[in-house]
Amino acid sequence: MYITSILLNSIALPTKLEVGKHLYWNLGRFSLHGQVVIVTCTIIVLIILFSFLITYKLSLVPHYWQNFIEYILEFLINIIKDQLGENNYKEWIPFISTLFLFILGCNWIGIIIPWKLIKLPKGELSSPTNDINTTVALSLLTSIAYFYAGLNKKGIKYFKRYIYPIPFLFPIILLEDITKPLSLSFRLFGNIMADDLTISVLTRLVPILIPLPIMLLSIFTGLIQALIFSTLAVSYIAEALE
Amino acid sequence: MDPIISVASIIGASLAIGLSTIGPGIGQGQAAGKALEGIARQPEEENKIRNTLLLSLAFMEALTIYGLVVSLALLFANPFDK
Repeated sequence: MYITSILLNSIALPTKLEVGKHLYWNLGRFSLHGQVVIVTCTIIVLIILFSFLITYKLSLVPHYWQNFIEYILEFLINIIKDQLGENNYKEWIPFISTLFLFILGCNWIGIIIPWKLIKLPKGELSSPTNDINTTVALSLLTSIAYFYAGLNKKGIKYFKRYIYPIPFLFPIILLEDITKPLSLSFRLFGNIMADDLTISVLTRLVPILIPLPIMLLSIFTGLIQALIFSTLAVSYIAEALE
Repeated sequence: MDPIISVASIIGASLAIGLSTIGPGIGQGQAAGKALEGIARQPEEENKIRNTLLLSLAFMEALTIYGLVVSLALLFANPFDK
């Protein structure tokens, strides 16, 4: 923080940039980042409300909102069916769709809704995927999911993949088990945090019109990153199931 | 924080992000070029080619992002900061 405080205080500018400050909630021994919990709960409530309102009265010939949600579902099913094949794609639809919708919601809610209007005592409300803890949690979930898929299908023989075709690749395959969640989490975290930081710094320097193209780019990046995360999750599961 | 560590962190952070954009930049340019050739050859397959292109671009982008994360960590969450 020493370097940043020199950099950011040397010029007197009208807006403030805070990086690395979080609102801490202490529950007993654990301390949570309060702003992430608030926005995550908002997203969960929004997604559940959205799904419930559209699907409580399904009709055979879909009208506007039901059509839209069927389009999204068909898009996701195409992704899953491409990788997993016809036989066992149905049981993975809920997991991958939730992953996609949650990450998409997280990325977009930080950009579309003006959270800066709500002032927190410390830190600010923004995308939850801005925080490395959220993305590491999501990628560990994916890791557990592909282990579960492999163990479910093959039992204890799943661990033969470390040794089976070429035994001396054992350390590399072991390392791959560590780098898969690492790369997933860093990709998502880095992209979203970089976009947020770019918008903050640009707004601090030129508050008027310049940050707008970057915000549009952030919307596009948020969509692509959600797609990439879920596509990679499906491909890891497919690799464990073969 | 020791001034020499501050200076080293700044130089390290700038080198990290600067050098990590070279490789993926070249790679993404080549991928986009091949995708354009593909679309020019078969314009009716444009959708598939474009989706594959976007997927590949995101993977290459991630390599630059790894460098950016190291750079951000050195500037904002420096492990030598007391």
